[in-house]
Formats: sequence, structure tokens, C-alpha cells
Amino acid sequence: MSEQKKAFEHVIRERWCKGCNICVAFCPKQVLVLRNGKVHAAHPDQCIGCRMCELRCPDFAIEIREKGSAESLGRDASEVDYAIKPEAHQ
Amino acid sequence: MSDTMKYFRENRLPHIWCPGCGHGTVTGALVRAIAKLKLDKNKVVVVSGIGCSSRAPGYLDFDTLHTTHGRALAFATGIKLSRPDLKVIVMTGDGDATAIGGNHFIHAARRNIDITTIVMNNNIYGMTSGQYSPMTPKGMLGTTAPYGNVERSFDLGKLAIAAGATYVGRATSYHVTVLQDLIEKALLNKGFSVVEALTQCPTYMGRKNKLGGPVEMLEWFKARAVNIKAAAVMTPDKLEGKFLIGELYNQPEPEYTAEYSAMADQVRRRFDAFQGGVRGCEQNSD
Ligand SMILES: Cc1ncc(C[n+]2csc(CCOP(=O)(O)OP(=O)(O)O)c2C)c(N)n1
Ligand code: SF4
Ligand code: SF4
Repeated sequence: MSEQKKAFEHVIRERWCKGCNICVAFCPKQVLVLRNGKVHAAHPDQCIGCRMCELRCPDFAIEIREKGSAESLGRDASEVDYAIKPEAHQ
Repeated sequence: MSDTMKYFRENRLPHIWCPGCGHGTVTGALVRAIAKLKLDKNKVVVVSGIGCSSRAPGYLDFDTLHTTHGRALAFATGIKLSRPDLKVIVMTGDGDATAIGGNHFIHAARRNIDITTIVMNNNIYGMTSGQYSPMTPKGMLGTTAPYGNVERSFDLGKLAIAAGATYVGRATSYHVTVLQDLIEKALLNKGFSVVEALTQCPTYMGRKNKLGGPVEMLEWFKARAVNIKAAAVMTPDKLEGKFLIGELYNQPEPEYTAEYSAMADQVRRRFDAFQGGVRGCEQNSD
């Protein structure tokens, strides 16, 4: 069995996130925080890949991806820019 | 999620539901179950009535029908009868399914027609701003129950089983893995399947009853839900104030559209074989 620790990355669709705090509150490793009312992965290295944030998010705004995995071919959240443009805050 | 995104009408998102509304979580669970079963999206029809919950099919990239209040099952019955090869799914709310649509609900169950019904039960009418529904627990507040609801509420699971549904499950928007698993099994059952998904309406149910925000409402589900397998070894006093989640019923029975087409085939064969002479009375009605 490989002992290598798996690493995960968080794909966030900022524009869809409504800042409800569900993912933040129930993350077993306190990886997530809210920043300016949107989810932010503050400690991605602590993520164990349980995907509970992804499954519970009512807005399809967060997704966990195993680093280096070949999953997700084709059109995918990480290829679309869901960030909110800075000028939107002006 | 990446493999499930293809089942969404992405240009319709973000959705209209309030921050923290559980309807999105249930919609996600349905899509994941469909993706896991690798259903052909051109063979799936999702039907809904009216309500916040009934907005769900609008975000899904299947053939979808947003019908009239309480009538989703009536439309779905028509679709399934004319095209039994399609997978028909109904997404409905507690008001839509058990108040105005209660009659359709029991008769769809009685017929055991192959439709998977997901009832998003937030115990209130969300869309019209918080009137109590037949599933509002006794004592809770709504805009039409300002002093507390005096009516008893339905136990949807028991109602569905008594009316004849052949697969019945219950989960919550907190118990997401259980929810997805139940929806998968419901989709596989050939007959009338009901999954009751308890969801939080922080805007009306939560505020009116001072239940806190979405996180506190999920904590409430977490504290009160007991899996039916665990409940089997618990004493009645331990189960006081709790509700059951998990697979509540699973007993396959002959399915309505299959029985209907078998009957039609039989009648057709009899007519085809008819060689003249005196017909049986039952064939003389024309
Ligand atoms: C025939 C008819 N009667 C009443 C209404 C008003 N109405 C719209 S949604 C709704 C209740 C929806 O409640 P529920 O099904 O629980 O869905 P939720 O909004 O809570 O998700 C009502 C009474 C209507 N649209 N049509
Ligand atoms: S659960 Fe979803 S919508 Fe809520 S804060 Fe997290 S990412 Fe945003
Ligand atoms: S009113 Fe309630 S049910 Fe409707 S979208 Fe808002 S939280 Fe959800």
C-alpha cells in the first residue's frame, strides 16, 4: 500500500457562492473560511478529501479535486473563470 | 462535481434559492445519483409543480416540465404512460406534494407507477412566505399559525407506504451521502419510489421559529435523525423526539405501466384473432 499522502485542491466558483457558511462549519479539518462573504480554502494542505463541503454546498460552488489525478476531462469548473471581477466591488 | 456539471443548465446558475437553502443540496444529490447510474440525459424527464423546491428542474439539463401547483405527478403519470421507456422523476415540496397535490400523491403510490418522487420537505410553504403546510410539526410557527400550529402533521414515509409506494426512504440535507444512496436506489426501483429529503428553509421556517441560520438548522437535523438500522436496537425512550432516516421500505410489486401494456397487448391479440361471428358482450360496447 502506498503511504504517500494524498493532496487536494479546492475548485471554487466564487460567483455562485452565497456565503452561507455550511461548508465552513462542517469541515472536519477547519480548512475553509469565509473571506469577504465568499468561501476560501485557508488551509488546503489540511484537507483530507472527504468532500463533505462539495456534497453539502447548496450552490455547487465548491469542488474537491485530488492533485495530480487525471479525473475531469473536458469542460470543467477549473477551466471557467468564476471569480468576481474586482471592479464589481467598486 | 465535474462529471455532474454536464447535467446542469450552467447558464441558469447561480440559482434563485436563498443563501443556505437546502433545496440546492438535494438537487445536487439527485444529479450525483443520476451521474453515478450514468443515465442517458435524453431519456430522463424531470417534472415539478410550484414552489421554491419546484424550481429545481429549471437548472437541470434534461427534458423538464414546470407544471401547476400540486399537479407534477399528474403530468408525470401522463408522460410515463405514453413513454414507459423514459425515466420520470418528480421534484416537489411538502406543500406541493401533500397539500394541494396530496390526492395525486396517494394515487400515484397506489398504482405503483414507475416514477421517482423527491419531496423536499422544509416543513413550510417557502415560496409564498411561510404559511404552515400539512408537514409543519405541531406547535411550530408559520405566518398562518402565529400562535403555533395546532394540526398534526403527516408522516410522509408512513403515508407513502400505506398508499402503496414500493420504495420509501428519508434523509436530510445534512445526511448527504445517505440521501444520494437512497435516491440511487429509488431510481433503480421499478415502481413508485419516494425519497423524503428534509431541507432547511432558513428564511421562513428558520426565522419564524428562531431556529438560527442554515448551519444551526443542519445541526438540528444532525441531533434528531436516527438511522433506521441504529433505531432497531434503541429503546423507545431513546427515540423520543427523534425521526428516522434511511431506507424505510423496499418491497417490489407489479408496476402500473407494465401491467397496463400487458392488458393492452392481450386485448389487441383478442381483436386480431377475431374471425367474425358473435362477439363477447364486452367487445360489443362500440
Ligand atoms: C393553484 C395554486 N394555489 C396556490 C398557489 C400559491 N403557492 C405557490 S407555491 C405554494 C406553496 C409551496 O410550498 P412547498 O411545495 O412546500 O414548496 P417550498 O416553496 O416550501 O419549497 C403555494 C401555496 C399557486 N401557485 N397555485
Ligand atoms: S456551502 Fe457553498 S454557498 Fe455556502 S459558503 Fe460554502 S461554498 Fe459558499
Ligand atoms: S424561501 Fe425558504 S425554501 Fe424558498 S428559497 Fe428561500 S430558504 Fe429556500
